[in-house]
Amino acid sequence: MSDQLFDLTLTEEQRITREAMARFAEQEISSIARAADEAAAAPEGFFEKTTELGLTILPIPEEYGGAGAPRSPIANMLNAEDLGKGDMSLAIGMLTPLAFVNALLDFGNEDQQERYLTPLASESFQAATIALMEPKATFNPKSLDTKAEKQGSGYVLNGTKSMVALGASSQFILVVADTEDEGPCGFVVEAGCEGLRIEQSSFMGLRALELNQVVLENVLVSASAKLGSPEKPFDLQRLLDLSSLGLCALAVGCGQAVLDYVTPYVNERIAFGEPISNRQSVAFMVANIAIELDAMRMMVYRAASKAEQGLGFHREAYQAQIICAQRSMEIGTNGLQLLGGHGFTREYPVEMWYRNLRAVGILQGAVMV
Amino acid sequence: MINLELPKKLVQAQGMAHQLAANMFRPIARKYDKIEHCDTPEELKPVAQMIAAAGSMRGGDKSGGSDDGVKNGSNMMGIVSMEEMCWGCTGLTLSIPGAGLGNAAIAAVGSKEQKEKFGKLYCAMAITEPGAGSDSAAVQTTAVLDGDEWVINGEKIFATAGERGDAVVVWATLDKSIGKAAIKSFVVEHGTPGMEVVRCEDKMGLRVSDTAAITFTDCRIPKENILGSAEIADTAAARKKAFGGVMQTFDNTRPQVAAMALGVARGALEITREILEKEGVNADYSEGFNHSSLLETEIYRMEAELESARLLTLKAAWMADNKQPNSKEASICKAKAGRVGNEITLRCVELCGSLGYSESYLLEKFARDSKILDIFEGTQQIQQLIIARHVLGKSSQDLK
Repeated sequence: MSDQLFDLTLTEEQRITREAMARFAEQEISSIARAADEAAAAPEGFFEKTTELGLTILPIPEEYGGAGAPRSPIANMLNAEDLGKGDMSLAIGMLTPLAFVNALLDFGNEDQQERYLTPLASESFQAATIALMEPKATFNPKSLDTKAEKQGSGYVLNGTKSMVALGASSQFILVVADTEDEGPCGFVVEAGCEGLRIEQSSFMGLRALELNQVVLENVLVSASAKLGSPEKPFDLQRLLDLSSLGLCALAVGCGQAVLDYVTPYVNERIAFGEPISNRQSVAFMVANIAIELDAMRMMVYRAASKAEQGLGFHREAYQAQIICAQRSMEIGTNGLQLLGGHGFTREYPVEMWYRNLRAVGILQGAVMV
Repeated sequence: MINLELPKKLVQAQGMAHQLAANMFRPIARKYDKIEHCDTPEELKPVAQMIAAAGSMRGGDKSGGSDDGVKNGSNMMGIVSMEEMCWGCTGLTLSIPGAGLGNAAIAAVGSKEQKEKFGKLYCAMAITEPGAGSDSAAVQTTAVLDGDEWVINGEKIFATAGERGDAVVVWATLDKSIGKAAIKSFVVEHGTPGMEVVRCEDKMGLRVSDTAAITFTDCRIPKENILGSAEIADTAAARKKAFGGVMQTFDNTRPQVAAMALGVARGALEITREILEKEGVNADYSEGFNHSSLLETEIYRMEAELESARLLTLKAAWMADNKQPNSKEASICKAKAGRVGNEITLRCVELCGSLGYSESYLLEKFARDSKILDIFEGTQQIQQLIIARHVLGKSSQDLK
């Protein structure tokens, strides 16, 4: 029991940051989202521009060249919500290096942080990523096919990872692999090492995001590449839960974009002599989007605030994931429905949101906040 | 600062209400469901005294602020207590003397004198008529001023505590031709000549709670028993404001009804968990959703839905405590909790099979009780209308 009051008020710092994020999302992200989706790539120079927000560099400790901001799941979650409103795929790309940084902050020792975070604390955009998922319908993060076997003083990694954000451009890939003694562990694999192959893959949505398949064939890493120590164990559940929250927050942002888009549309679209929003069947769909979107948001906020306070948050993150996976798809499909045939065309953004929101029930371990 | 955990003060209030629900309501919930029509259950009388002493049911505690001005006050206190009590039994909760909906109306719009005079009475609310339910602007009951008295004529139905209470807050129109602006509320005390309780409804659930039909035939009450002004607003804006004032009571009471739905649904879920655990189902969130059994994922889904409804309800009450307009949020939490509460209680009966359907457990009773919570204090559809009008920026003329 705490003396702290239930409160939904942002701190002054959060309020100012949110304004900056919202401005960036509106001016630099939403405006190019469709073109990026069609091109299946972020436009040239996009990620460079995102460095002005300092997403990656802020939480890196000062001794490694960062700004040394405190580790804050809430701040990251709010950023994800605001950027996700601009575009989910580009936002995931922007937050991918930060996810790697967060994993290193939570599970890495000082040597590892110095080695892997220093190169990321740069003025220019530096990619690094987490590789957890595997190309398997029944994929279970607790029972991985990717194996790490002890060999000499290091490990040999074998397996295939899927949906690895920025896989091809990352200099560090945190590969989660199963070990015989300790179960799933994280290993930092450096770009270009022998036996590492990055393949292209395409998906229904998140097309602007480079989502690669990473193949590991007898990749040798040193023991110092393995995250986790007795005092700071590699906590896969924490990585999964914080990633769920990141993805859920992105979904809240995208859901808000849907609501903000359909509201004027149904008010302006005339049928049978009046706006279609004068009809309950249309208006109630909008009301339900508003209801479920706020429900999603509250679930994410609660889990993130528990994480921020150092309280257990597994159950809350699990529940947030259930709600967000289901409701974000409902919002995606109903948002499109409200535009009728127009919604099905690529002239409007709702079909893109529909495809992107489908990922909320799928993507795991990518957006650790 | 964003924090969605309850502070110590609310957790303690929750704990006290839970003790009451577990020790006093649960053991007698089935008994009074069977008895149905009766006077106020004896067991509830000390409860009423206790609550009056604690002053926490509706209104009362205004403290709970922090240095930066954020408040967790009486609205939040009300919903955490309400949820716990309805975890025990919604029917009994609604039968506690002194906690009538009419009391909420008097607290919201009554003058200082009226609050003093009627505040200690147990006041029911009589809005609905045989021909006017959700469309509360269509009431046909009339009030005519005759000298120093109002003369009330009409028929009211579905007045919770309309028989057992001391008085009824009645909605009546001063002039049917004017519509909403002419609707006023009046306090009528039991025993006033011309007021008659003609029957109490036989209901599917909430059986112990009395739901009265009351007729008013040339029923004369003192002039000062009108709540709010007797003036009929003459401009459109003033009319809207006048009726809006009456409807504002709902911004505070809807989260309370949402909290009832949270309580009954949580009660059902916990019983379901106990039954299923005995039979080897351990829903402990240890495996991923796709790698859990169907029964486990059903529990996870219901608990997640319930949690989201709970947070929406806390949000609406928190806004009320912090003087933020919360009409939309009050309807959002009522819509969500109302439907989720009903879905959960019904699904719990199904998941527990013959045990769930049996009167040996309270699951079937909770499934009957929960339905009304998606109806009274504004149906699911009325909440959606309100929410839609807010989101779309529509008037009741455009979006009917």
